[in-house]
Amino acid sequence: MDDPSFWHRLQFAFTIVYHYLFPQLTMGLALIIVLWKWRALRTGQDRYDVAARFWSKIFGVNFVLGVVTGVPMEFQFGTNWARFSRYSAGVIGQTLAMEGMFAFFLESAFVAALVFGERRMSRRKHFGAACAVWAGSWLSGYFIIATNAFMQHPVGHALMEGVLVLDRPFEFLLNPWAIVQYLHTMMASVVTAAFVVSAVGAFYYLRAQHQDQARLYLKWGTRVGLVASFLVAFPTGDRQAKLVAEHQPITLAAMEGRFESGENAELTFIGQPNVRERRIDNAIRAPMVLSILAYGTPKRSVLGLNEFPVDQWPTNIELLYYSFHVMAGLGTLFILLMGISTFLGLRGRLEQTRPVLWILMLAFPFPYIATTAGWMTAELGRQPWLIHGLFRTAHGHSASVSSGNALFTLIGFTGLYFVLGLIFLFLVGRELAHGPEQEAHG
Amino acid sequence: MAELWFALLGLMLVTYVVLDGFDFGAGLLHLFVAKSDAERRTVLAAIGPFWDGNEVWLIATGGVLFVAFPEVLTTAFPAFYLALHLVLWCFALRGVSIEVRSHVTDSMWHAVWDAIFAVASLLLALLFGVAFGNVVRGVPVDQTREFTMPFFTHFGTTGQVGLLDYYTLSVGLLAVALLAAHGAAFLAWRAGGVVRERCLRLERKLWPAVALLFALVTLETYFVRPDLLSNLLTRPTAWLGIGLALGGSGVLVSSRRGTLDGRAFLGSCALITGVLASAGAAMFPVFLRSTLSPAFDLDALHQPRNSIAMKFALGWWPFAFMLAVSYFVNVFRANRARVSADDYLP
Repeated sequence: MDDPSFWHRLQFAFTIVYHYLFPQLTMGLALIIVLWKWRALRTGQDRYDVAARFWSKIFGVNFVLGVVTGVPMEFQFGTNWARFSRYSAGVIGQTLAMEGMFAFFLESAFVAALVFGERRMSRRKHFGAACAVWAGSWLSGYFIIATNAFMQHPVGHALMEGVLVLDRPFEFLLNPWAIVQYLHTMMASVVTAAFVVSAVGAFYYLRAQHQDQARLYLKWGTRVGLVASFLVAFPTGDRQAKLVAEHQPITLAAMEGRFESGENAELTFIGQPNVRERRIDNAIRAPMVLSILAYGTPKRSVLGLNEFPVDQWPTNIELLYYSFHVMAGLGTLFILLMGISTFLGLRGRLEQTRPVLWILMLAFPFPYIATTAGWMTAELGRQPWLIHGLFRTAHGHSASVSSGNALFTLIGFTGLYFVLGLIFLFLVGRELAHGPEQEAHG
Repeated sequence: MAELWFALLGLMLVTYVVLDGFDFGAGLLHLFVAKSDAERRTVLAAIGPFWDGNEVWLIATGGVLFVAFPEVLTTAFPAFYLALHLVLWCFALRGVSIEVRSHVTDSMWHAVWDAIFAVASLLLALLFGVAFGNVVRGVPVDQTREFTMPFFTHFGTTGQVGLLDYYTLSVGLLAVALLAAHGAAFLAWRAGGVVRERCLRLERKLWPAVALLFALVTLETYFVRPDLLSNLLTRPTAWLGIGLALGGSGVLVSSRRGTLDGRAFLGSCALITGVLASAGAAMFPVFLRSTLSPAFDLDALHQPRNSIAMKFALGWWPFAFMLAVSYFVNVFRANRARVSADDYLP
């Protein structure tokens, strides 16, 4: 209770995790809607329009929740993290302002046209609106990832009179870390959307409702899902891990719970980190794999935590370790599930294989868990730094906002978000119960 | 450079107030000018394609303030910590209320969200008015630039002030009246029918109320910030603002003699723009005035110099601004016919 930093961090963590439940679906879904609108234009088949119309409604509900939970994220840079913002605004102010000016305006101008405007627009124009929303949401993703990438791997900046200033703008905007992290994150959001689309397809199919639409969702959900799940792991996840190995070796050691250094480093599949005794309990390991994954050769030594002073270690190694393993484990299972489903789909047997339909229907929460675990890996792995190597998290919160004030607003957010969550589930549930339907084009 | 960014930020803020102002105003009047379900759906249809984009102007203005004058943002935001969280929660409930109302056809469901929409709009208009009053009156910023403000202290306007006092409340009330009148002008233009009739009738009371409150606030400003009124008289940019406000009022009054609803709304936009522009010109270069000592004022001219960031931002900003304006022109053109209740059903 005495440490305001803890409450500010908890509020940010809670509000950002909750917020990101919505954009990860809308970013991925925007792409799938664009693909369907494009197929509708090319083939003239009504079923693609029906699918796009139905999913645009789900998109709309998610979009609103994304907007209203996203505005507090922007504000918290100022309200809760004033000392961090004062130090870094010279650099990250750029991407945050660009996100508003380039991405949010684009999204907000066309989202109403996408969700409500079909009757008043030509097919081509409506396709254009879908593309604009997709572009806006993915641009927004880039600017926010570029901001985060600067905190992970600061480049393009200079230090002047104790604060950061922008020195090489394009180096900052095209941070190699940002590009890898962006592709990894975007592919993960496509995975989320693909799982949700497949789950709804399986749900309708198992209930013998909307069969034609259900087949369409299953086909596109599983195939897009397979491609995206694969891309999340390779090359994007692989590149991301190599960047961590190169620039954040302490983080890599903590993610793997590795205390001793050495070559032929083994990969831990399962086990519990025991930080006090500095070892992994009950570990199941694969020899050499970690060295190969991190550096491409078993000969390279992977440094352990023992090489580094304790005040440089991530502050919550257990949670970091579990987050990373949950993310990587689930990511592997996603490739497997979508692979099996796509294989069955190609042989025309997916709809008859009811156990797989049941699994697909119930699997949709797991991409949300994996993306959350992935972000926790990124953010816990960066500790104890707010900006890696430059600025410590403990120095970032607003000096004048007390623990009590932060706790008060955290409780407020908790209550408000609980209510928003109920409304969200109710509305999405209604849309699902209502289902896709044919509608004449204006 | 600092002068230019002060002006560009002013431009963005004015755009925000004019645009989000009309949907706040529509929300303020929602329960009064629209009685039946069809009428209420008409009000929501009128602001439906706009409100989210309007709100983006606030986010974008904040972002540009973050680039150009980070000290101002990082000093003011913790200072208004609790008030800003109230603003955030109102925004969240308001956004949800606009979107979810039409998903369920049930009169109690509608009544709840209509009320939330109206109350959140009222609170936001009041809070933003009070915030503007705080900026004009000043805040107790000292050399550390680390402080939080209580909601009220001694209700006076000097020394250790709180958020609320007679002056900031007067500005808050003025904001409520002005945005209500602005919203009425917008709805009269967009809605038609009985909603338009009610809006026109309300406007005949609201605009005189705005004039009265404006006179009161001007008089109070004479005591709270006498320097502002003398700046107003000596700075030509402020005269432009005053001219625009007077011109806007003239257009507004003359349009109401006929049925030029669109022209009347433009007059209202010009009026708000003029008032804010003249206030901004009079306050330049100070962003945050200190009620403790002029030595602690945060102004645009004494900020850490971050020239590459400013130049880089100046490179992309005009392009982004033109794009944003073109989207808005596009959306207004696409929605130029008067709305009906069924325009905005999902």
